[in-house]
Amino acid sequence: MDDLRSGGIDCDIHPAVPALAALLPYLDAHWREAVVQRGLDELRTVDFPPSAPLSARPDWHGASSVAAVGAEVLDPFGTQIAICNCLYGVPMLFTEDMAAALARAVNDWIAREWLDQDPRLRAGIVVSPQNPEFAVDEIERCAADPRFVQVLLPVADELPPGRRAHWPIYAAAARHRLPVAFHGGTTSKHAPSAVGWPSFVTEEYVGRAPAFQGALTSLVCEGVFARFPDLRVVLLGSGVTWLPAHLWRLTKFWRGLRMEVPWLDRPPAEIVREHVRLTAQPFDLPADPAQFGAILDQLGSDALLLFATDYPHWHFDGTDALPAGIAPALARRIMVDNPRATYPRLTETVS
Amino acid sequence: MPRHVVATLRELPPGGRKRVAVDGRDIVLFNVGGEVFALADRCPHQGGRLSEGRLVGLVEAAEPGRYTWSRGGEIVRCPWHGWEFDLRTGRSRCEPSRLRTRAYDVSIEPADPGPVETFAVTVEARRIVVDVPGR
Amino acid sequence: MNVTVRPLATTPAASRLSVIDCDIHPARSTPDALAPYLEQRWQDLAATFGTPRRLGYQEGVAYPKGQPNAARRDAWPPEGGPPGSSLPFMQAQHLEPNGVAFGILNPLGATGQGFRNLDLAAAYARAVNDWQIAEWVGRDARLRASVVVSYEDPPAAVAEIERRAGDRAFAQVLLLTRTAEPLGQRRYWPIYEAAAAAGLPVGIHAFGYGGWPMTAGGWPSYYIEEMTGHAACAQTQLISLLLEGVFARIPALRVVMIEAGFAWAPALLWRLDRHWARMRAETPHLTRPPSHYARESVWWTTQPMEEPERHRHLLDVINWLGWDRLLFATDYPHWDFDDPAAVLPSGGTDAERRALFHDNAAALYGLA
Repeated sequence: MDDLRSGGIDCDIHPAVPALAALLPYLDAHWREAVVQRGLDELRTVDFPPSAPLSARPDWHGASSVAAVGAEVLDPFGTQIAICNCLYGVPMLFTEDMAAALARAVNDWIAREWLDQDPRLRAGIVVSPQNPEFAVDEIERCAADPRFVQVLLPVADELPPGRRAHWPIYAAAARHRLPVAFHGGTTSKHAPSAVGWPSFVTEEYVGRAPAFQGALTSLVCEGVFARFPDLRVVLLGSGVTWLPAHLWRLTKFWRGLRMEVPWLDRPPAEIVREHVRLTAQPFDLPADPAQFGAILDQLGSDALLLFATDYPHWHFDGTDALPAGIAPALARRIMVDNPRATYPRLTETVS
Repeated sequence: MPRHVVATLRELPPGGRKRVAVDGRDIVLFNVGGEVFALADRCPHQGGRLSEGRLVGLVEAAEPGRYTWSRGGEIVRCPWHGWEFDLRTGRSRCEPSRLRTRAYDVSIEPADPGPVETFAVTVEARRIVVDVPGR
Repeated sequence: MNVTVRPLATTPAASRLSVIDCDIHPARSTPDALAPYLEQRWQDLAATFGTPRRLGYQEGVAYPKGQPNAARRDAWPPEGGPPGSSLPFMQAQHLEPNGVAFGILNPLGATGQGFRNLDLAAAYARAVNDWQIAEWVGRDARLRASVVVSYEDPPAAVAEIERRAGDRAFAQVLLLTRTAEPLGQRRYWPIYEAAAAAGLPVGIHAFGYGGWPMTAGGWPSYYIEEMTGHAACAQTQLISLLLEGVFARIPALRVVMIEAGFAWAPALLWRLDRHWARMRAETPHLTRPPSHYARESVWWTTQPMEEPERHRHLLDVINWLGWDRLLFATDYPHWDFDDPAAVLPSGGTDAERRALFHDNAAALYGLA
């Protein structure tokens, strides 16, 4: 197994902004003063409370330090490349100018303090979805740096992600061959579920699966992939095992309601298999590892999954980030081939 | 190919439909603007009677939001689950190529979709004749 | 000659099965059909001020259906009235040919559920229950009613459950999935306690109007999204019921998830167990993994049955969930009706199939 584990591309690690103060050098004079004068100390989200078991493996402490990330996750996994997806609370803001300024700051901070420090690192572009024009500007600005390999968006925001208001973002992403990655968690501009506010962190986290289902339905039904045939979407930390049943249901209704969304000229399941990828942690497998084969068969494609540790989040121990008993050829696909196929910019920058 | 007289045109004026049994098969006839179509009266999905379905036009879209409508009345929607079938070919609008490939795929699995049987129709001396393959 | 012949899909053995249909939707023949069961003052109030729910329309819906009344096109009774409004036609079109031994009625529409005026909601719910008895269960011994309750007003809901307790005409208490708060939250617990005390399962049927968007990211655009989303909504409710410890607190409670499909259930339970195990300090009221409670206390109706490209995938799911957890339902007279003779792929033993179509529901609802 050791050979399987080395040389992989880790598609989801989460460097943490240690405090808003860390971003001050990357804000312009106006926003630097505004942030300080107004006492804005922190934009840490409710997702992943710092001491909750899910939030960090007990032996993983270093999400705020590039050196620790190297020692704790890149070295042990023999990681060739890792994609930094910073989940700072920029999309939750209601002031779109401030959000745009902070998105720029996070991206510059990532470039200087992470990408410049470790050649194995790449990053997703943090944007302000509050204003798609600003988001496009930020994509254009960051796309000049080939180490930015995708665009990051929250899976649940003000409008479902397929809505046409978002399309300029997808156009810009496709133009620069950047997949759009939706990460779990909501901007809380609506309740995190279709029935209101859950009581528990566990509840909201488990409920990310239905939230991703709604977002994926939207992307497909609105015709995002019909309009942007080159666009690739990555679901980050979505869980995996909910996908087959969801596609069966959506495809069943499509057969009866095609005339409502006639731009869908083939089964939604097929569209998803072509355009959508999922990181493989968490996977949400059953306790019985013998069922893994049946689940893969239901997924219907070995191109869907991308290797990820979801560092520092705690889903597994040791270096067993892949499902037990996975065949070597499939492990290779998940760890290297699928990420390379998904992220064109990786093959440009990986020698 | 056995030929069966199933109706007269008087019984099936434009806009009309008629359910007939031929050699043990239930067949629905549609007269769409003077042109007569015959389909097996059974949706291959769960068995809804297409003779109870509505005839609609063909809705297509080259891209999201750009709806086009054509061929009014030439598509039948199953009365149950709304699956659309082209009167001219019997093929599903959703998955015509898949259904074509499965047309010769003998399967007894109930939810397995396939094309509706269509039958060639000729109008002779105001009698409607349907060619139905022998059993 | 453009003939294409393929075998027609039939399952003769299944079509002869005796089935218990756990989701039949009776409709009112006319808009005022409830009047004989509704006090005059409530009729007057509704006529004057309407019956607002948490949506923008009094008449009409924001997600227009694929066909009128979301009904099978062949389900409109010949004597007039909307689909599901004629008992003789229902008998002739559905109960007789489909071998329905028992049918559970789940009234939808303006039943009081989700009405913003809670007094009006309770009055309507009570009237709908009387109407079910007088016009349906009293006229066909195969049918059973559901206790429609105004669930956003738990004391009124409890009173209605207690009013019907012991009446064998009622098979369950009926809630909808689109509620004002997640159904595991404690404001709803008195409903579950009353249902358990009355020996009635609680059926949670898809739909309703809770005021929240269908997705965590807002309102989708299309009916196909709303339809697909009902499964996600049902998942959310089940997560809430399990993590709030409703089944741990009320062991006699039995819940049926209705008309949201079931193929999502195994993966949801795996996900729940995995993350609960990591985070269990937050929910100390659970002494066992969430799936253990589900496997004892939760059932799923089969419709709309998921239709994978490969039939064996559906059988995988049924085996993961357990044949004993599934209750057959047609959803008659609605458009996403499942035909008992055609919907379930071949597979499973005769006993397993009999359990799914009949025996599980007979045991759960006490039907014999």
